Amino acid sequence: MSAGHSYDAEAYWKANLRLIFGSLIVWALVSYGFAILLRPMLAGIPIGGTDLGFWFAQQGSILTFIALIFHYAWRMNKIDEKFGVHEE
Amino acid sequence: MSQFAINIIFVGGSFLLYIAIAIWAKAGSTSDFYVAGGGVHPITNGAAIGADWMSAASFISMAGLIAAGGYANSTFLMGWTGGYVLLAMLLAPYLRKFGKFTVPEFIGDRFYSKNARLVAVICLIVASVTYVIGQMAGAGVAFSRFLEVDSTVGLMIAAVVVFIYAVMGGMKGITYTQVAQYCVLIIAYTIPAVFISLQLTGNPIPGLGLFSTHVDSGMPILSKLNQVITDLGFNEYTADIDNKLNMVLFTLSLMIGTAGLPHVIIRFFTVPKVADARWSAGWALVFIALLYLTAPAVASMARLNLMTTIYPDGTSAEPIQYDERPNWIKEWEVTGLIQFTDKNEDGRIQLYNDSEAFAPTAEARGWNGNELVVNRDILVLANPEIANLPGWVIGLIAAGGLAAALSTAAGLLLAISSAVSHDLIKGSINPAISEKGELLAARISMAVAIVVATYLGANPPGFAAQVVALAFGIAAASLFPALMMGIFSKRVNNTGAIAGMLSGLTFTLVYIFVYKGWLFIPGTANLPDTPENWVLGISPLSIGAVGAIVNFAVAFIVSNATEEPPVEIQELVESVRYPRGAGQAQDH
Repeated sequence: MSAGHSYDAEAYWKANLRLIFGSLIVWALVSYGFAILLRPMLAGIPIGGTDLGFWFAQQGSILTFIALIFHYAWRMNKIDEKFGVHEE
Repeated sequence: MSQFAINIIFVGGSFLLYIAIAIWAKAGSTSDFYVAGGGVHPITNGAAIGADWMSAASFISMAGLIAAGGYANSTFLMGWTGGYVLLAMLLAPYLRKFGKFTVPEFIGDRFYSKNARLVAVICLIVASVTYVIGQMAGAGVAFSRFLEVDSTVGLMIAAVVVFIYAVMGGMKGITYTQVAQYCVLIIAYTIPAVFISLQLTGNPIPGLGLFSTHVDSGMPILSKLNQVITDLGFNEYTADIDNKLNMVLFTLSLMIGTAGLPHVIIRFFTVPKVADARWSAGWALVFIALLYLTAPAVASMARLNLMTTIYPDGTSAEPIQYDERPNWIKEWEVTGLIQFTDKNEDGRIQLYNDSEAFAPTAEARGWNGNELVVNRDILVLANPEIANLPGWVIGLIAAGGLAAALSTAAGLLLAISSAVSHDLIKGSINPAISEKGELLAARISMAVAIVVATYLGANPPGFAAQVVALAFGIAAASLFPALMMGIFSKRVNNTGAIAGMLSGLTFTLVYIFVYKGWLFIPGTANLPDTPENWVLGISPLSIGAVGAIVNFAVAFIVSNATEEPPVEIQELVESVRYPRGAGQAQDH
């Protein structure tokens, strides 16, 4: 990075950190939250003989992880272009 | 055609395919050998990561663990997939931008220290060797059951096949065989699962069938399973658990351990661009999820099938006669993985939970103890037989189990051999070595690693089951934090990183050894390995996450007390953060 781009570089890194932070909140919410710690609160929502927390533990969290990574890759590749740091 | 002949055709055919691919993808340079020339498409890389990651443990053991533990063992499902989110956002793109061949190389350069690189090499080798033993042993079991050869002979055959494609093709050969192995293993896993889901629920997608109605009883299948097993004294399958702290920490340890395992990380060095590293993490998880979303359905359905096989007229009626047991039970009895003892001598198979709470019921029914012991590792392998599926499905399962074990073994062996030839020989012992010489050294160290792994697979140390937890603990407590701080902090310096890695590692190892015995030597444990003795109820298997926190804390405190890293290192950190100019993974 040359000195002329340093402002952009800082903003780029902040945008990346913001996106990571938001993604990891969702990551923790579906696994540690819905599937484990908050499961008793979701016990009232029945699904196929059990509750929503069990569904998140065995299906939902994995599906959310996939969505999170693709969302991150798509957004981040856009941000790369916006700040002009993408590869040709 | 006999089942034996069918198995030979499936396994032999898949092996020929792998060797053909190896001949086609021969490595000509160190770049080919370490990173497949850096030109792998992200989707191809995703499938290769899938096969690399899904080992004998995922293919053979995981469904059995979930079947036995129910909800509590969902930790494996979340832990072994959630790590990819961390990889995609915290490690893979930046390490790809760094553009070198190995994980210790990044740690050595970023922390400007040969000692840091050496600590990373040791962590990598210990984690990978312990992991590879399990793969070779798993391949031996699959051989002895399906090909009716001695498991040592089976292991030798497996070693020769891995030798041919891994030594010849390096990362290039391994990548393309792993894609083929992924296809074999996912087809083998899903076909029986789809049939069984159709039989039990009428829904062809196992992950949906798991929450559908059981055709025979009209109840949701999980309610039916809960009812059947609680009638026999087992805990409810879907029951919540009390020790949530341990469940959270165990899941977290598996996640950061997954993200820190070097054989997975080096796969991201093979794609052309930083953007591709992000995509390929997503594709990898898609390919992995196809198995991981199916596994919990296999677990509950196979457990229900097993129970209804033993109690065909319901749990309140008497179980089946031993003489009328189905053929698959007879075949697995030969291997010793299913054992029957007629404790009350009534000629019937009483399968139930020998607990104190259930004792009065058992006594009233004239039962004298549980009579059938089923090794949980056979669940997936026996699944097609339990559901009466045709012989070719069984042949497919044999080829799939071997594909899972061999693909992971090859990935681990590559990580070990590149650490030896690139980080030890070129990095420390003989930096002037020519490319040709280094390639030869890489091939020789790969061959030595295969011989060692085969020996340990044939004579597994008694602690083989526990060492997998050790591999995750080491990766979580040492490698992951060092890599992440190397990218996200410019302030962490050489002293801080080394102090962090060593204290995270020591903390984790000591906690494991206190409960499991020092170096796993029986009789040397200081405390019994039971929940009452664990600190705050944290199991030794869950301690890697705490070790990682220790590593982060020590590294920050020590770094802040010592001098800042030099300017050129701060510039290196800057440069890995921005994708532009990544180019091909290269030597210098």
